[in-house]
Amino acid sequence: TRPAQHKSGLLYSPECNRVSYKFSPVKSLFWSGEKGFHLLFLLSCVSEEVDYSSYGTHSLTRKKKAVVALRNDVNRKRPHIRIGMPQDFRPVSSIIDVDILPESHRRVRLYRHGSDKPLGFYIRDGTSVRVTPHGLEKVPGIFISRMVPGGLAESTGLLAVNDEVLEVNGIEVTGKTLDQVTDMMIANSHNLIVTVKPVNQRNNVVRASRISGSSGQSSDSSGSTGYPSLSTTAMATGADELESDEESDIVIESTPPPAPVEHPSPPTRPLSPSLNGLSHHGTLRESNDSLHKILSTMRTDPRHSLALPRGGVEEDGTVITL
Amino acid sequence: MKRFRRHGQESQRERIKQELYGFNKTVEHGFPHQPSALGFSPSLQLLAIGTRSGAIKLYGGPGVEFMGLHDENAAVTQVHFLPHQVELVTLLDDNSLHMWTLRAHHGVSELLEIGRFTLTGPPGAPPSVTCVTAVLAHSSGDLLLLGTEGGHVFVVKVPGFRELEERNISLEKVTNSVPEEYGGRRILEHVESLQENPVNQRQVLIGYGRGLMVIWDLDSQSAIKHIPATQQLESVWWTEDGGHVLSSHSDGSYCRWKVAGDDPQSEQEKSEVPYGHFPCKAISKIIQLPTEQGPPFLFLSGGMPRASYGDRHCISVIHSKTHVALDFTSRIIDFFVIRDGPGHTGEPSALVVLVEEELVVIDLQTEGWPVIQTPYLVPLHCSAITCSHHVSAIPLKLWERVLSAGALQNTHYSKKPWPMTGGQNLAPDPPQRDLLLTGHEDGTVRFWDASGVCLYPMYKLSTAGVFLTDSDPNDNLNQGTEGEWPPFRKVGCFDPYSDDPRLGIQKIHLCKYSGYLTVAGTAGQILVLELNDEAAEQTVEATVADLLQGQEGFRWKGHTRLEVREEPVTFPPGFQPFALVQCQPPAVVTALTLHSEWKLVTFGTSHGFGLYDYQQKNNVLVRCTLNPSDQLAMEGPLSRVKSIKKSLRQSFRRIRRSRVSLRKHHVNNAAKLQQANARLEAELAEMELAPVQRKIEPRSPDDSFTGLVRTLYFADTFLSDSSHNTPSLWAGTNGGSVFAYQLRLPPVECRGEDPVTAHPAKEIQLMHRAPVVGILVLDGHGSPLPEPLEVAHDLARSPDMQGSHSLLVISEEQFKVFTLPKVSAKMKLKLTAIDGSRVRRVGVAWFGSNRTDDYGESGLTVLTNQGDLHVVSLPGVKLQVQYPCIRREDVSGIASCVFTKHGQGFYLISPSEFERFSLSARCVVEPRSLVEVPSQTPSATLPRALPDGASVERRNSTRDGVAVLQEIQKSLEVDQTTFLENGTSALARGKVLSNGD
Repeated sequence: TRPAQHKSGLLYSPECNRVSYKFSPVKSLFWSGEKGFHLLFLLSCVSEEVDYSSYGTHSLTRKKKAVVALRNDVNRKRPHIRIGMPQDFRPVSSIIDVDILPESHRRVRLYRHGSDKPLGFYIRDGTSVRVTPHGLEKVPGIFISRMVPGGLAESTGLLAVNDEVLEVNGIEVTGKTLDQVTDMMIANSHNLIVTVKPVNQRNNVVRASRISGSSGQSSDSSGSTGYPSLSTTAMATGADELESDEESDIVIESTPPPAPVEHPSPPTRPLSPSLNGLSHHGTLRESNDSLHKILSTMRTDPRHSLALPRGGVEEDGTVITL
Repeated sequence: MKRFRRHGQESQRERIKQELYGFNKTVEHGFPHQPSALGFSPSLQLLAIGTRSGAIKLYGGPGVEFMGLHDENAAVTQVHFLPHQVELVTLLDDNSLHMWTLRAHHGVSELLEIGRFTLTGPPGAPPSVTCVTAVLAHSSGDLLLLGTEGGHVFVVKVPGFRELEERNISLEKVTNSVPEEYGGRRILEHVESLQENPVNQRQVLIGYGRGLMVIWDLDSQSAIKHIPATQQLESVWWTEDGGHVLSSHSDGSYCRWKVAGDDPQSEQEKSEVPYGHFPCKAISKIIQLPTEQGPPFLFLSGGMPRASYGDRHCISVIHSKTHVALDFTSRIIDFFVIRDGPGHTGEPSALVVLVEEELVVIDLQTEGWPVIQTPYLVPLHCSAITCSHHVSAIPLKLWERVLSAGALQNTHYSKKPWPMTGGQNLAPDPPQRDLLLTGHEDGTVRFWDASGVCLYPMYKLSTAGVFLTDSDPNDNLNQGTEGEWPPFRKVGCFDPYSDDPRLGIQKIHLCKYSGYLTVAGTAGQILVLELNDEAAEQTVEATVADLLQGQEGFRWKGHTRLEVREEPVTFPPGFQPFALVQCQPPAVVTALTLHSEWKLVTFGTSHGFGLYDYQQKNNVLVRCTLNPSDQLAMEGPLSRVKSIKKSLRQSFRRIRRSRVSLRKHHVNNAAKLQQANARLEAELAEMELAPVQRKIEPRSPDDSFTGLVRTLYFADTFLSDSSHNTPSLWAGTNGGSVFAYQLRLPPVECRGEDPVTAHPAKEIQLMHRAPVVGILVLDGHGSPLPEPLEVAHDLARSPDMQGSHSLLVISEEQFKVFTLPKVSAKMKLKLTAIDGSRVRRVGVAWFGSNRTDDYGESGLTVLTNQGDLHVVSLPGVKLQVQYPCIRREDVSGIASCVFTKHGQGFYLISPSEFERFSLSARCVVEPRSLVEVPSQTPSATLPRALPDGASVERRNSTRDGVAVLQEIQKSLEVDQTTFLENGTSALARGKVLSNGD
């Protein structure tokens, strides 16, 4: 997780009045120059030919979350330019909220988005040491125990074995069991935001505003995370947050034959699916009578969510600016 | 401004919530798990049971119940009521003594612990000096005599637990007063028994473990007589006239000693080994009670020949020429005898025996000594509970028919009323008739009256008769042959064995309006039954539902289908099966729903679901939900882990069979089996805990058991267009899929001939893929659709068909509302993403306000895997309240939870006990009873013969439980419309609704 050594590009964002230095194609370092220094590692897993047009946005109100979008070169030769939400941008796994977190903490967003990669990590129970006014105190904690080689967590390098998990999508895990944290992570797996205290504190970002005060080795003196929480859109809010519903369900409607029925068709008659919004896809064959098959064809399509009936392109908490 | 207004709304909502919801655990139904001590107060007519987990439970007349829990996590070893008081003393196995009292508070008695005490010996003394082995609550009511392992007797003033050191009876004092020739000053060992002279309360008998008994005078502080028994002492009984002492011994003998007269040494009048010749086990307790004319009753527990019947749990009752060895189903904890008469000195009327798994009461005044059915403390687990189903507000007609069917099954019970009559039941009558149905491993369904505090057995349905099982005809070892010795008679109903685990009941659905019942079991069998008041001979035709639907490459590795009896079977009055569906593969049925108006039953397994027309007796629809790559679903119901259990079970069954052939009783194996199961379960739990890491991966369509059908639902709603509502069937799977079928029912006049058809209408795949645990359609007002026939019976408002309906899909992770007929997401509530808990159980309930009768709301009652209860509002799906209820480690407790339609629920706290809880502020069933202090003080000379003022408590004594129930029903006839789902009718009762007897 070291920053790359070689500069390979420089970007300028006129709206944000922001300069971004771009490093190696695999790992990029963004530097927000306006409202305090803000380092952002972008780790993407796409090929080297990708044309980066990346932006780091930052706002203190945290209404919109920092986002980095990548243009997928496969879709670059589009015949027309669409106004509205660009479909060829997609968020990737990243470190977010660097400016509001203590330096010893890291908030990581693991974004699968059509990738076939598994999230690829395991968690375990463990003991964490906290600094209290009475001295060191051992408290139970949740830690990353294992990485699956080639998984998202390992290949992005954002998480490491023995990192302590502090939050899942903005909800503190203190007092929760391993099973509860597991279930929370799985329930958020489409857009998993994990706040960790990395076991290796050497690579911590050092913020200019704090450089004078403390070294990079900041210790977490309070048991709980005393900094602003995730913005509401990024959090797994309970109530009707459908406008940012990334996980649209698939609905297959079929019209039953008109009544009255002369010859009752066998109950197992294959569905002739008219998929909402999926019909233009062309990948569906008439023979697909089971949802499993439909879904498995869809899973191989990395952009399947674009074709989903509703909210498919509205990513959770994501704002893409051109 | 806006903020302020919103604040006002919120506080108003908070107030409404307080009026609607309130969490209470109210009463425990069933039989206490692992009882360890029994006590009885003749003057209060209360019995007390202590358990290994430190609970103390008091029972009087039906509905009179109290419960207390010791802070120490120690077993209760002894319970003693202080004579003629409302106090009782418990001894725990940590050697602490606890004083409890029944204190009236707001007109209702409460069981309170008022003191605790541990004996302290002289400094430097070994702990055995103060380890209590025998307790005598002296009839003066203010003295406690404590015999210890060291052989001393300590005297303690109660209720304050003040040691009276000067009155202690030390071992030295006793040995000095016994002639030296007795055994050459042998060690006397611990104090085994302390008995008071029934005719002279100043005399106390001290029985030592080695056999010696000494009669001690409390006033002169000296031994006045000794009884030189030489066998190891087990128990002592002082006959009522004070003239004789009976002692029972570890070699299976008992002796009678004459203690009247002035001779300092008693003579042995008689010594007998009742089951003699060969070595016998100890007689652990002996009681002898006189009758007005004629010979006394003698009660002996144990004493069986060691080699041939050493594993039996027997109490022998000997009266005149009658000698019966009552053969119990599990280990005997303790017993006592209830006597007639105002002073409880008359004829013995009932023998009350607490065994490890049940309470048995024998009527001693009716020929043949029949068993009296208990109105409480029923062994729910006589066969292991496999599922439960609750039906609220049963119509009177159905209730009476079930009761009368049940009455025909209970002819072997005594007609005598329940002899325990203590306390006054002050609870109001239950607001409605509620049924709890439990399915059992042996293929029975038991119907319980769950209206009030007493869970009363009503009727038992057995489904085994439909099938050919390999049940052993030798299992009927009930009655011994003529002239057999010992004269065994089997009593009790606890029988944990199931001859064929495939018979186990997994799902139950009863339509309370039509009396149609459907039950489904472990081997994919679905029975449809109807209530018939006459016995009938029927052939049950089986229809096979092939759920694989031609999916290839699967081989079922589980059990085979049950074989159906082809010849007609005579079914007794009650629920009689008339249709049977057998799933192929015969996997356990995981979902079941009945629609009595449409005459359809739908069922699901891990392979798919089907729809069966029980009028035409054919399958309407069979749908396979199996993922082609899911091989595990074909493994059968017993995975590798479970098969260990199965093989264990089988091996125990084998042992049992061999024992049966040896004409031995099998119940000892029950304990062994349970032990083995417990050990295995602990191991399994450990195995599960061993890999303390958890994989983080989203759910995949290729996970195992995605096709398992979790929920099935019928709805009359707008499935295809918004102007015509049609019948529909909904199914939800473990993989987060929902299937909807439009149903076409022929018109009523040709319902018998024209086929019912089902057409696929919709499929929804939830992207989070969590198991779908509930499906519900909400009408135009946002209210859940009423149950079938509910509107037809004028018991619910018809649903709103004008406004648009919506579909609520409840998965383990979230609650999601969709529009209908076009399915698009409208609202949702995420549960797992927020707090990591998952929905385990969900029900729809009506919550009435406890302030005004005319306000109420529908809501979802939810139990999570963390053991928390939530109420979720409808149709807004907002979390309302949350209460911790069950420990999250108690997986079986969470799995057993069943909700009622009025915000109550039940869950198993042990294999034999349901805890009843209430989430509703209005609808609470809890015991409310009053026990008063006996008004007269005992006389100094004849405490046992004294009438006490227990007349108040005996007010209900002559009422038979069944008769009482019928009374309740009659009084409730007018109340039929109470508690409707839409709550428009007023409830003209108190705010706390509890039951009466």
